[in-house]
Amino acid sequence: MLIFVCLLVAGQAAHAGEKITIAAAADLKFALDEIVVLFGKAHPADRVETIYGSSGKFQTQIRQGAPFDLYFSADIAYPRALKEEGLAASEVQSYAVGRIVLWSASRDTAKMTLADLADPSIHKIAIANPKHAPYGKRAEEALKAAGVWEKVEARLVYGENVAQAVQFVQTGNAQAGIVALSLALSPELAKQGSYALIPDKLHQPLEQGFIVTKRATDNPLALAFAQFMTDKEARAVMARYGFGLPGEAK
Amino acid sequence: MESAFSSADLSAIWLAFKLAAVVTVILLLVGTPIAWWLARTRSFWKGPVGAVVALPIVLPPTVIGFYLLVAMGPNGPLGQLTQALGIGLLPFTFAGLVVGSVFYSLPFVVQPLQNAFEAIPERALETAATLRASALDTFFSVALPLARPGLLTASVLGFAHTVGEFGVVLMIGGNIPDKTRVVSVQIYDHVEAMEYAAAHWLSAGMVAFAFVVLLLLYTFNPSGQRK
Repeated sequence: MLIFVCLLVAGQAAHAGEKITIAAAADLKFALDEIVVLFGKAHPADRVETIYGSSGKFQTQIRQGAPFDLYFSADIAYPRALKEEGLAASEVQSYAVGRIVLWSASRDTAKMTLADLADPSIHKIAIANPKHAPYGKRAEEALKAAGVWEKVEARLVYGENVAQAVQFVQTGNAQAGIVALSLALSPELAKQGSYALIPDKLHQPLEQGFIVTKRATDNPLALAFAQFMTDKEARAVMARYGFGLPGEAK
Repeated sequence: MESAFSSADLSAIWLAFKLAAVVTVILLLVGTPIAWWLARTRSFWKGPVGAVVALPIVLPPTVIGFYLLVAMGPNGPLGQLTQALGIGLLPFTFAGLVVGSVFYSLPFVVQPLQNAFEAIPERALETAATLRASALDTFFSVALPLARPGLLTASVLGFAHTVGEFGVVLMIGGNIPDKTRVVSVQIYDHVEAMEYAAAHWLSAGMVAFAFVVLLLLYTFNPSGQRK
């Protein structure tokens, strides 16, 4: 028993560092994981925990006092709303512009366009739920702009977030999907399928933003991570996953 | 005030009830022989079979949803079977939800039935046998009527549990209006889209439904509660 207590105390002492929790949109899964590893090299004593899910759900949870120190949304409107409600400890920072792609695990999509989705042998097409998922909204806009919405609507299946849309295609249950470029470029998916970039003229921009939440106001680690997102290293990772970077195109 | 439920809400409610009705009928047909066998057998297999039937009580719905999604996919054993039979693939279809729900609600039908069958005194069955009733006749004329409270409990629990299903449907349903978007998923979507008023209406409706169902069951079927 005594040994156990000693171990506990020692464990506490060894872990003197800070810990932050980041709630992030599902499209960041691979890119942010890499950035967290890079950040960890400069902060070996500290811990950064990431939780991925839908932007809308995290927004609701932060309103209800969820213990997130940073919030990375796939739609900058969500953190802006939180900022207006006084729930942010930082300005809303634009960190990336996302892109959508046509992705399939069973067909060569490299030369496909949205018009090809009219092909009835594609039984199911997965997108994120346009009702609340930013990537789903853009997918719907693109399908409408491409003039194929009426032809595909009955064959659409909706993922809770963009990662679930990917998973429907990955398991072969949907033959194609409209998903985030950042996921299609991940090492895991790159070897399982092919993608075609959807022209960004077809949809509103996927401008993504993050905030430091109110509960992390005096948390130096959270502020350091926010700062790190503008670092050359972090930006390089984001660029590699196909994100457009703020201040780059201008 | 606007109508409390949109047409999409009503369609989701109707779909959940339709699913629950179909699943309950199938479960009574499939579950009754299983429950009867479990109640009567002295076989070594009673333990293992009983444990398999009870698995969905313990397993997270995500486990069932994940395995079904993979198994019913084009490369999974169920998917290969349904494709060979010309049915196509089951995920994102109403039939797929029925298959998932039958697994998910199985113990809620089998266990009350099994308890009811076990409570039938051996003498009643022996008497029927001495009157030269066949085994099948004994089952339908003696065992089933005596197990009526258990039958009612099983039907109500099977139905209600299927109405309340969420995780499995979310994972294999694909959220398609009129096909797989049941009321639990519709509520989730309302919350995610921050339509709290709509979520409240549906949620309160579900609470009222669940309460009334259980109240009726406990009021009119007290023997179903007996240990």
